[in-house]
Amino acid sequence: MKGWTTLQGRAVALAQSNVDTDQLIPARFMSAPRSEGYGKFLLHDARQDDPDHILNRFQTADVLVTRRNFGSGSSREAAVYALVDFGIRAVFAPSYGDIFASNAVNNGLLPARISEDEIEALIAKIDDEDVSAQIDLSSGKAVIAGIELSLELDPVWRQKLVNGWDDIDLTTQHRDEINAYRAARAKTHPWVVPTSKDGAAP
Amino acid sequence: MTVPRTLLEKLWSAHEILRREDGTSLLWVDRHLVHEGSHHAFAKLKERGLKVEAPELTFGVVDHYAPTRAGAVAPDIRRMIETLGENARKHGLKLFDLRDPGQGIVHVIGPEQGLTLPGLLINCGDSHTSTHGAFGALAFGVGATEVAHILATQTIWQQRPKAMRITIQGALGAGVTAKDLALHWISELGADGARGHAIEYAGPVVEALSMEGRLTLCNLSIEGGARLGLVAPDQVTVDYLKDRAFAPKGAAWDAAVADWEQLSSDADASFDREVTLDSAVIAPTVTWGTSPEDALPITAQVPDPAQMSGARRETVRAALDYMALTPGTPLNEVAVDQVFIGSCTNGRIEDLRLAAKVLAGRKAKVPGLVSPGSAQVKKQAEVEGLAQIFTSAGLEWADAGCSMCVGMNGDRVAAGKRCASSTNRNFRGRQGRGARTHLMSPAMVAAAAVTGHLTDVRPLLEGRT
Ligand code: SF4
Repeated sequence: MKGWTTLQGRAVALAQSNVDTDQLIPARFMSAPRSEGYGKFLLHDARQDDPDHILNRFQTADVLVTRRNFGSGSSREAAVYALVDFGIRAVFAPSYGDIFASNAVNNGLLPARISEDEIEALIAKIDDEDVSAQIDLSSGKAVIAGIELSLELDPVWRQKLVNGWDDIDLTTQHRDEINAYRAARAKTHPWVVPTSKDGAAP
Repeated sequence: MTVPRTLLEKLWSAHEILRREDGTSLLWVDRHLVHEGSHHAFAKLKERGLKVEAPELTFGVVDHYAPTRAGAVAPDIRRMIETLGENARKHGLKLFDLRDPGQGIVHVIGPEQGLTLPGLLINCGDSHTSTHGAFGALAFGVGATEVAHILATQTIWQQRPKAMRITIQGALGAGVTAKDLALHWISELGADGARGHAIEYAGPVVEALSMEGRLTLCNLSIEGGARLGLVAPDQVTVDYLKDRAFAPKGAAWDAAVADWEQLSSDADASFDREVTLDSAVIAPTVTWGTSPEDALPITAQVPDPAQMSGARRETVRAALDYMALTPGTPLNEVAVDQVFIGSCTNGRIEDLRLAAKVLAGRKAKVPGLVSPGSAQVKKQAEVEGLAQIFTSAGLEWADAGCSMCVGMNGDRVAAGKRCASSTNRNFRGRQGRGARTHLMSPAMVAAAAVTGHLTDVRPLLEGRT
C-alpha cells in the first residue's frame, strides 16, 4: 500500500448518523474477490434506491463528511475496501466504530475525528454542492469548503498513513521478544495450549 | 504496596510482549478463530508467502455461509466454504466443517468446546468476538489486515482501551433477560456510548446470570461501541467449563482454575468511567429503528421526531420511514410478518428453552425460522423436546449457523417484511435488502410469533415455570 501526506480533492457530505458497515457494503457482495474492485458496492442499496443519492450525483469523491458513529457494526474490512476503491481517502465524522477506524488506517484511509459542531457547519456549507478539500497529515491541518480544521491525529496512525506501513514488517523485527514471551507463557500457563487437536469427547 | 488494578489491566499486562513509546502494545494471541469471511486474510498471507505461525492456537469454523435448510447451495456460497476448508488443510488448522458435530456459530462453539477460557486473549475477524469476554477473557474483533497479521505472527498491535464498569443493581424481573438489559443500556448511552472502552459488567444481576446470559450481555457490547466486554470468572464460569472438549484436564485444569481465581478487578481499582443501572426499571425491550440504540420498553410508543431537534430528528424520521412506522403507535400494536430465533446473541440452549416455554401448546400466527447456535445445541434441543415444541407451533427448525442474522447463506427477510428477531443488528438491509428488523429477546420473539405483533411476553409466561 502506498502512503500519502497531502491530499487535494473533492468533498461530499452524507448527512446521516450511524452509517453502519452493512449499509457501506451489504453482506451479499462480500464473497467477491478484491481484485474485482469494491467501489461499485459502496452504499449499494442506498444508491440504487435513491437516484439523487450524493454518490450518484458525484461519481467521484475523495473526502466524505458525515455524522456520528460512522462505520459502526461488523468488522468487515470490505466496508473500507468499498470506500477506498471508490476513491475516498478520508472520512470526517464526530465518531467511528473502533474496528472500522483501525481497518481504515490499515488501508490508507484517514478516519478524521472532528467535533459535532464542526461537522454540522461543514454539512450546512457543503449542502448540495461538492466542494474542495485539502488535507496535510504532517501539519495535521485540513481545509474543507473554506473551513479550517485541525486534526487530532494519533501519531501511530499518522505514521502508518504517511508511510503506507504494514504491521507484519514491523512485527517480525521483534521476533526474539515474541519467541521469549511464547516460551515463558508455555511455562507459566501450561493449560493455555489445547493438548488435543480434536478435543476429548465431551 | 501494589497499585490496585482492573481486570482489564491484569489481562492486558499478562499478554503484553512489549510496548512502544507511543503506548501501543504488542500482544500475544492465545486463540485465533477464523471463518469463511477470513478469505481476504488468507489471500494476504499467500501473497507474501507466509504460513500460519501457531496452527495449534488457530481454529476454523463454517458459520456465516453455512446452509441451514435443505436444497441446492449457490455456487458462491459453496466456494466460500470450500476456500476455508482448503486454507485450513493447507495450514494444518482444526476445522469445524459442515456436518462436524462441533460445528456452529464461532461465538457459540468457542465456549461450548472449551476453547474459550478465562485469562486468554482471543481474536476473531468478527465484531461479536466481545462475546467471549463473558469468561474473563480479553476478546475483541479485528479486521482482515489484522487477521492476516495474527495468522502470520500470533500477535496483535493494540492500544489499551479505557476501562468502564457497568454495575447493574437489583434483580431482573420475570420475563426480563440479559438481552433486555443490553438493549436498555445501549438506548441510554447510545450506539457509540462506550466507544474506546472495555466494559466490565458487574453487580448482583451479572453475578446471578448464567453463562448464557453473560455471553448475551458481552456479545452486545459492540452494539454500544465497546470492542470488549468482560465479566470476572467465578464458580458459574468454572462449572460451565469443566469437562468441555478442549478445556484443560487433570493437573492442568487445577492449575488453570487457580490462575482464574486471580482474575477480578481489585476492590479499589479505579475505572475511567462508571455507570450504574437499576434493573427495576428494565422491562422487556424492543427496537423500533435502524440502530440498536433505538430501543424502548414494549409498553412504550413509537417515538415522534417532531419532538426532537437537529440531527436526531432527521435520523429518527429516516429510521421510521425505513421501518414504515407511525409516531405514537403503541409498540405492542406493531404487526410482524415473520420471526427469527438464533444467532450468536441468542441461539444458545437457554435461549431456546425460554422461547419454547412461551410457545409450548401454542400456535404461531406468523411463519418463522429457528436456527440453533450450534450442532450441539440442536442435538440437545431435540433431546429435550424443544424442537418438537417449535415445529408443533408451526415454526421451521433448521440447522446451525449465522442464518438470518446476516443472510449470507441465503436465509433472508424479503424487502418490506417485518421480522421479530433475536439477533443483534437492526441495520438497514442487514437481514435482507429492505428488511425491517425488530430486535428483542428470544422470549419476546416467541410472544410475537404467538400473537402476530410485538407483544409483552410477561403475561404469556404467567403460570409457566
Ligand atoms: S450470528 Fe450474526 S452477529 Fe453472530 S457471528 Fe454470525 S453473522 Fe455475526
